[in-house]
Amino acid sequence: MTASKESESLAPGGGGLAFWVVGFILLVAMPLLNVLPPEDSWLHLSDFSLNRFGKFLAFAILALGLDLIWGYTGILSLGQGVFFGLGAYCMGMHMMLTIGKESVYGSDLPDFMVWNQVKELPFFWKPFYSFPAAVIGAMLVPMLFALVFGFFAFRSRIKGVYFAIITQALALAAWLVFNRNDTNLGGTNGLTDFKQLIGYRLSDPGTQRVLYIVTVLCLGGAYLLCRWIIRSRAGRVLVAVRDSEQRVTFSGYTPANYKLFVFVVAAALAGLAGMLYAPQVGIITPAQIGVLPSLEMVIWVAVGGRASLAGAVLGAVSVNYGRSILTNYFPELWPFILGGLFVVVVLLFPDGLIGIMRKMKERMRTGKAAAASEGKR
Amino acid sequence: MMLSLGRMVAALSMVGLVMFCGQAWAVTADRPADAPPMSPVELALTQLTSEDESVRDAAIRTLVEQGDVSLLPQLEAIRANADRSIRQAIKPLMDSLKNRANLKSPSTDVRRSAATDLGSAGRAWAIPWLEAAAANEPNKWVRYTMEESAALLKLASDDQTIKAAAAEKLGELYSQNGVPAMKKLVAVGESAEATEPQKIVAKAAADSIHRIETWGAWSNAIETFFRAMSLSSVLLIMSLGLAIVFGLMGVINMAHGELMMVGAYATFVTQEIFKAYLPPSMFESYFLTAMPVAFLTAAAFGLALEATVIRFLYGRPLETMLATWGVSLVLMQAARVYFGDLTAVIAPTWLSGGAQVMVGVYLPFNRIFIIGLSIICVLAIYLLLFRSSLGLRVRAVMQNRNMSSCLGIPTRKVDAYTFAFGSGLAGVAGWALTLVGNVDPGLGQNYIVDAFMVVVTGGVGKLAGTIVASLGIGGLNKLIEPSFGAVYGKVFILVLVILFLQWRPSGLFAMKGRNADS
Repeated sequence: MTASKESESLAPGGGGLAFWVVGFILLVAMPLLNVLPPEDSWLHLSDFSLNRFGKFLAFAILALGLDLIWGYTGILSLGQGVFFGLGAYCMGMHMMLTIGKESVYGSDLPDFMVWNQVKELPFFWKPFYSFPAAVIGAMLVPMLFALVFGFFAFRSRIKGVYFAIITQALALAAWLVFNRNDTNLGGTNGLTDFKQLIGYRLSDPGTQRVLYIVTVLCLGGAYLLCRWIIRSRAGRVLVAVRDSEQRVTFSGYTPANYKLFVFVVAAALAGLAGMLYAPQVGIITPAQIGVLPSLEMVIWVAVGGRASLAGAVLGAVSVNYGRSILTNYFPELWPFILGGLFVVVVLLFPDGLIGIMRKMKERMRTGKAAAASEGKR
Repeated sequence: MMLSLGRMVAALSMVGLVMFCGQAWAVTADRPADAPPMSPVELALTQLTSEDESVRDAAIRTLVEQGDVSLLPQLEAIRANADRSIRQAIKPLMDSLKNRANLKSPSTDVRRSAATDLGSAGRAWAIPWLEAAAANEPNKWVRYTMEESAALLKLASDDQTIKAAAAEKLGELYSQNGVPAMKKLVAVGESAEATEPQKIVAKAAADSIHRIETWGAWSNAIETFFRAMSLSSVLLIMSLGLAIVFGLMGVINMAHGELMMVGAYATFVTQEIFKAYLPPSMFESYFLTAMPVAFLTAAAFGLALEATVIRFLYGRPLETMLATWGVSLVLMQAARVYFGDLTAVIAPTWLSGGAQVMVGVYLPFNRIFIIGLSIICVLAIYLLLFRSSLGLRVRAVMQNRNMSSCLGIPTRKVDAYTFAFGSGLAGVAGWALTLVGNVDPGLGQNYIVDAFMVVVTGGVGKLAGTIVASLGIGGLNKLIEPSFGAVYGKVFILVLVILFLQWRPSGLFAMKGRNADS
């Protein structure tokens, strides 16, 4: 890695003003545009759009974690979908249990269990009757999982391509397991048909608006957390691990511990994203956690710009926005575009959208400087 | 002459059935006096429709003993107009006659299935036919089936000594088919009111069952071993190209699976071209022709991929993974759009079917072919890497890129050719996979994660690592599949691989020396 890149990544750009502006737009302006203007006004933001945007912002939380581990620490994890899925399933299980007698079969058990002739609630479902347990579980379960997996992986210095492949195998294995009916997680159909969350109807636009605001707040918190980590001494070690792990070892640090820490944080953020995703989208299936979705998550960060927190958020939102538009109009074209994005971004725009913006800014500045110096003459 | 007479009789008997309904005797009485006397077969044919069951049974017996397959059209005609109970009585007669004729068919498959049918039909009259046929049978496995069927039929005999002999014979033949019937005999022998001969039969049956089950366990083990070898070979052919490229350039080509898909589609296209433009007599040779086609097509794709994407990403393996994954998405979707989802390659006849090596062990030719192919591939790669000047250069670049470059080896060219060669191997793997599955855009995805695991476990730089790792992963997969199920088997293997990497972080055969950690 070049020295210039290092200095860039160490000084998260954008500063305070941009953060507060974006924060204001997301947190205040968008919900107000949804509520205040009449429905036929051009200013009106439909419930559907707001809800969809909330989903993108949930993805952005995951992208922040992935950026932390891939962009800053240089560890490519192709299994983030698993942690996302664990979080989403934890929340999904809670919402399945609150359906209660409203279900199609009118049983206390979730419909698919009735269908599969499961008579009694499996033991690992029981804690999820409680909402706080579900929220804590949605982050704790991925964290524990990442802790165990990461401990073994980093302890034996599995890295680079090896780590990427192992995590990809993890994603495949998780996908296979979640698809099974005998794991009692809904099989291929996943968890769906949610009705309510702590007493509020999910079909009510007001509930969705609150969920959106909660997502924005979580995103802001996650952003601040990541920025804090990166600006701390630990953050500097992470970047150093990326650029030369051997030197870090020789300087007396233990890279494995730092890697494990950042892997667990990334898993927690992925779990949080999944937890916010499930009630907003209303369904979680194994299709969201397999090999391909996990790789798509990487491309969000790549498109936005690695080693830039703002880039991760920007990438997650823009790629998913593009996806939801394109799969609507040209479903056959989307794999070409996604594949093309992988190639083009990696080959031509290694710093993503943020990189392009920085370059343009720099060009403008040098242009101005040149003009000014010319004027002086 | 015989036939037309038979038809006339059949027509008459139909008239009799319709007009006199059950008084079939009347028809024969009405025959003109100057007609020649009826043969026993003709008489039996007329009696088949009799209401009287004993008459009918006697007629069937006569037809079985004296009739042959030429009676089938007449029987069919009778059957078409008879009522249900008569139809049911005639059906086994017709099947028996048909199968009896088929026992002499020139095709071994027909002979064998006729023998199987006769055995499962449970008609004792087939015993002498089967024994006579077995005595003249040249094919070992057809003879085996005939003997087995005869013994199965004898097992249902009323004579206890024949029963006991049949049970013993089935044990000698290791016949799985005989086990259910023999288990019943054992149960009869164990019941309180069993007679002495029945007990002897039960004893013989129990001994045979034990013998068969021991044999079954062995043959099962052999078949599992064979399946494991077959999966390992598939993995090996796939991983070889992947491992060579990884060893040389440190690049994992995520589009490797799609290069396999390219090879499979090249095979498919070759087949279609042969079908469309060449005489049918040449069709069989399409499969061997497709091999170089698949290799070259995939190699060309690989060369293009290297020139446009990979060479810009040297030293950045993670970025290469992502970019090649993008390429794989594009290739997959292109195949889906262009070819659609339903394309199949018809295996040539010399690869369909299989070989029976012993009782209960049947090895399909296509699997044997793949195992053989993997051995050939390993040999070819060994010769290329260790016995050719190109291989010498490849190994030199693998060990120390800068030094090789200083010594005048064109490392860029070596990279490109090696990548193309690895891609060509993927094409050959795809060609071979058309034998065991459909050709579809997802073909590469089915095995590719396993192939990655093989490369990671095997380590780089040594062929042996890849071979041992594919044998290990493929073998374990099939060994634990019966007890864990396919899904948990995969999870189990992932855990094993992670634990293995605890012990050997860079695979079985790691690169040693100062370049190892770069």
